[in-house]
Amino acid sequence: MKVAITSIGNSLESKLDQRFGRCGFFIIYDTETKGMEFIPNPNKDAQEGAGPASVQLVASRNVQKIISGEFGIKIKSLLDSLKIQMIVFKEPEKTIQEIINMLNN
Amino acid sequence: MSPRPLRLRKISNPPIISGFKPYGNKKSECKPGIVFLQIEEYEALRLCDYNMFNHHQASETMDISRPTLTRIYARARQKIAEALVLGKQIIIEGGKIYFDSEWFSCKACGCYFNNPDKQEEIKVCPLCKSTNFSNYEPIHEEPEESLTRCNNICICPACGFEQPHRFGFPCKEEICPKCRSNMVRKWTPHSRDF
Repeated sequence: MKVAITSIGNSLESKLDQRFGRCGFFIIYDTETKGMEFIPNPNKDAQEGAGPASVQLVASRNVQKIISGEFGIKIKSLLDSLKIQMIVFKEPEKTIQEIINMLNN
Repeated sequence: MSPRPLRLRKISNPPIISGFKPYGNKKSECKPGIVFLQIEEYEALRLCDYNMFNHHQASETMDISRPTLTRIYARARQKIAEALVLGKQIIIEGGKIYFDSEWFSCKACGCYFNNPDKQEEIKVCPLCKSTNFSNYEPIHEEPEESLTRCNNICICPACGFEQPHRFGFPCKEEICPKCRSNMVRKWTPHSRDF
């Protein structure tokens, strides 16, 4: 199962980005193969519509869960209709490595 | 004048199929048509007839008014009856809707998560695998809070004592704690002298 995590930087030591649409990087983590993919977010500096565009990007990788600090109002109904689970994790100090360790427990 | 915009109907369980087809047409010469059942009409039918909610409960689930729910429900029954009687195909699509799902909060790691797939029940927290989680009601009071927050000040006309205005309590009914006289709203005509 694939999980998307929003990250500020492109390493395992970077912290969880508290925004979804305008986060720095998406990390697609596969819980079965333990493989991961770092995708720079092209919508980072978008004026508007960053959320739906990011949803499209993440949905094209067939993820089933998204971990982020916050999801905007437009995204919630969009992800509900795509049946992607949202996990709101309001801990800005957690690193990507710590979150992946939590998922593997 | 354009009509008032429709209120978005909340759909908690989208249909698992996209329609129905009739079979075994006895009169082959009659041409069957298509009935478009809106998703909001399907949802009203599901709540009222499948879940056996009354219209009031169903309207609260869909976040619309009771008369609106009754109108949607009447339309749904009319369309389904039409499809059954005339042997028409039913296609479920469209409607002014948004999707919503149940939210949970985990006590162990402090995260919030939703259940996008209604068919499966959530047993463990998706992040930390703890079973210590509970239903979480997104606080609907947030917009209300911004309404109740106001920067007005009640002022005492007798001694000039000021206090922040409390929402829902008229200034003239507030009693000055210093001199026990009725207060007035600051920066209004009847308080301009003070």
